[in-house]
Amino acid sequence: MTKAYPPSPYSSPIGKHNAESHTLSVLVDNEPGVLARVVGLFSARSFNIESLTVAEVAHENHLSRITIATSGTPEVIEQVRHQLERLVPVHSVTDLTLAARAIERELAMVKVRGKGDARVEALQLAEAFRAKVIDATTESFIFEITGAPRKNDDFVDLMRPIGLVEVSRTGIAAISRGPEPI
Amino acid sequence: MTKHMTGAEMIVEALKDQGVEYVFGYPGGAVLPIYDALFGQNQVRHVLVRQEGGAGHAAEGYARSTGKVGVLLVTSGPGATNAITALTDALMDSIPLVCITGQVPTHLIGSDAFQECDTTGITRNCTKHNYLVRRIEDLPRVLHEAFYVASQGRPGPVVIDVPKDIQFASGAYHFPRNIQHKTYRPKLKGDQDKIKHAIEMMTKAKRPVFYTGGGIVNSGPNAAMLLRELVKLTGFPITSTLMGLGAYPASDKQWLGMLGMHGSFEANNAMHDCDLMICLGARFDDRITGRLDAFAPHSKKIHVDIDPSSINKNVKVDLGIIGDCAHVLEDMVRLWRAEAARPDASALAEWWKKINHWRDRNSFGFRNSREIIKPQHAIQRLYELTKDRDTYITTEVGQHQMWAAQHYKFEAPNRWMTSGGLGTMGYGLPAAIGVQMAHPKALVVDIAGEASILMNIQEMSTAIQYRLPVKIFILNNQYMGMVRQWQELLHGGRYSESYTDSLPDFVKLAEAYGAHGMRCSDPAQLDAAIMEMIETPRPVIFDCLVDQKENCFPMIPSGKAHNEMLLAELEDDAGVELGNVIDERGKMLV
Repeated sequence: MTKAYPPSPYSSPIGKHNAESHTLSVLVDNEPGVLARVVGLFSARSFNIESLTVAEVAHENHLSRITIATSGTPEVIEQVRHQLERLVPVHSVTDLTLAARAIERELAMVKVRGKGDARVEALQLAEAFRAKVIDATTESFIFEITGAPRKNDDFVDLMRPIGLVEVSRTGIAAISRGPEPI
Repeated sequence: MTKHMTGAEMIVEALKDQGVEYVFGYPGGAVLPIYDALFGQNQVRHVLVRQEGGAGHAAEGYARSTGKVGVLLVTSGPGATNAITALTDALMDSIPLVCITGQVPTHLIGSDAFQECDTTGITRNCTKHNYLVRRIEDLPRVLHEAFYVASQGRPGPVVIDVPKDIQFASGAYHFPRNIQHKTYRPKLKGDQDKIKHAIEMMTKAKRPVFYTGGGIVNSGPNAAMLLRELVKLTGFPITSTLMGLGAYPASDKQWLGMLGMHGSFEANNAMHDCDLMICLGARFDDRITGRLDAFAPHSKKIHVDIDPSSINKNVKVDLGIIGDCAHVLEDMVRLWRAEAARPDASALAEWWKKINHWRDRNSFGFRNSREIIKPQHAIQRLYELTKDRDTYITTEVGQHQMWAAQHYKFEAPNRWMTSGGLGTMGYGLPAAIGVQMAHPKALVVDIAGEASILMNIQEMSTAIQYRLPVKIFILNNQYMGMVRQWQELLHGGRYSESYTDSLPDFVKLAEAYGAHGMRCSDPAQLDAAIMEMIETPRPVIFDCLVDQKENCFPMIPSGKAHNEMLLAELEDDAGVELGNVIDERGKMLV
């Protein structure tokens, strides 16, 4: 007899077959320790963090927004959300991936070293990706590129054979479309 | 009314305003101003423990037996780190605690000062919430907020770390009568449509079972009353976790006994075969579920919990209701009364027939002896001789704890204090001290093992100082019994370090502390000895020498399902090799 046993977030290894990437937007009180609390929760419960950004978004109310890209099975993602909601200084948690109408952006700074044809090629690709030159020497450029993380990945991949030195990325900031707040 | 005072005075004032009767604590350099504020007032009484961990467990015992918030006061550094186990224990078992810790002055924080530790950092993952108070203006709010957070929603421990300069600083104090947290507002009332749906599912059930937990106890006496009413109205069988014992009377015929790893055969089989599970204030812990992918495979599940993260965490349920047990039970009782449909009476009768058949196995049964005291027998006699008294039971952790849960029958909530989630050896004696402080006239018994009791034995001194007549009933088999049992199950009976050599003479130990010491090894003398223990108006250590070989059954071996229980009779009669019952996968589990 085959039975359909109910899945559990703790019995299905993360990232096995049906892992999904989700972006969560967490509105928190901007108080000491709140970021440690959120990050500590992820490590204590073996959840993944793929990207994390934090900044104050409403100075007068002392509110910060933490945007977390995480991955896991749908059950794990639901657990992540509930565990975050349980933290006392958390105002709200929104799964922007489920909201479907979210925009995600990330800024990356990409340092490329090269001479001659490599420089020309780098500049052409940068133009195609609408990346800006923010620093230049006779043998290097630093490009600033803003976009969805996937686009930034593509740009970095293209720079690699040309002479990629290193990359610094901000992590994802996200917001929902339309007039309504997240 | 706003008054001006120092931070230390604010702390004592806030405790008074919160109606705190007792603070369990231990002084040290970073809390001296608070101890000075405690001096010369007698509204808040301080109980001096002998180690800060004892303060934590005593506060837990106090909280669990009264339903109020337990308070502990410890110094910085080692004071705080010693309290960590108790805080984690309270977090796992949802016990409301407020722990005030001293801290080095703000300008020294981070300098590796004497007795400095990062208390808020260390306790972040073992508290429900914690605070480091850096400004005197924040202190009154934080103090009252801490009581709110600790007691509301799913209860838990809250730490307030107060640097010494803040204790000396002066500021305005006022008691906000209506404490509201800006973000933390747990939902008490369940969704009405969902509760209606639950009632519909219950009327259609053919093989239902109530599975209840510590959430009923935490929800208050009203929840236990409403649970009894609902169980009576429906005629369904009911089982409970270790933490929920007493919420439903064990003498009732609808009671199946505790479920889980050392639960009853009937409770576990009812869970496995049920078609509807109604989980109230329990969390599908691994001691309960056994093998997850074979857990109650034919059932629909309803889960009522005040903590949304408990729902669908370990087990996916069909209907999750977020709310306080008492509130949801009240709606359930009302809707059940109003509902015209009733469950299929013949199906229910058939279900009970099946359950009674399982019950006939008498899975808690054991072979008694005239020569040697069987530990189960000792608990049964303790129960018979204390049941008509105002009795509270605490335990340590191990075999004796499971035997107590199996053989001591609890009729009312808040009478049973045990470390369930964390499984903390050394919990029972300090917890008994907390219980006895709250109930000075009651009989408080710590059912202990000889290994566990030594973990916090120093608290005997506390019991003597405050004239707390706690009774320590040690089931002494000279082994860490549960460790040994697992070594038989998993490691070929190689008893690596599970035998305790050089045990103290517990009778002399009792006398050294100024308590009464007793020993008994003869089953014929047991009743008289227990009576002597009960009648002694002082603390007693009762060294009850029991069968060294006895193991705790029945048992769901790790990695097995509810219907694969190991019964005592199998080991005795069929010669089942204990070393072969757990498979490779099960060996990984704890």
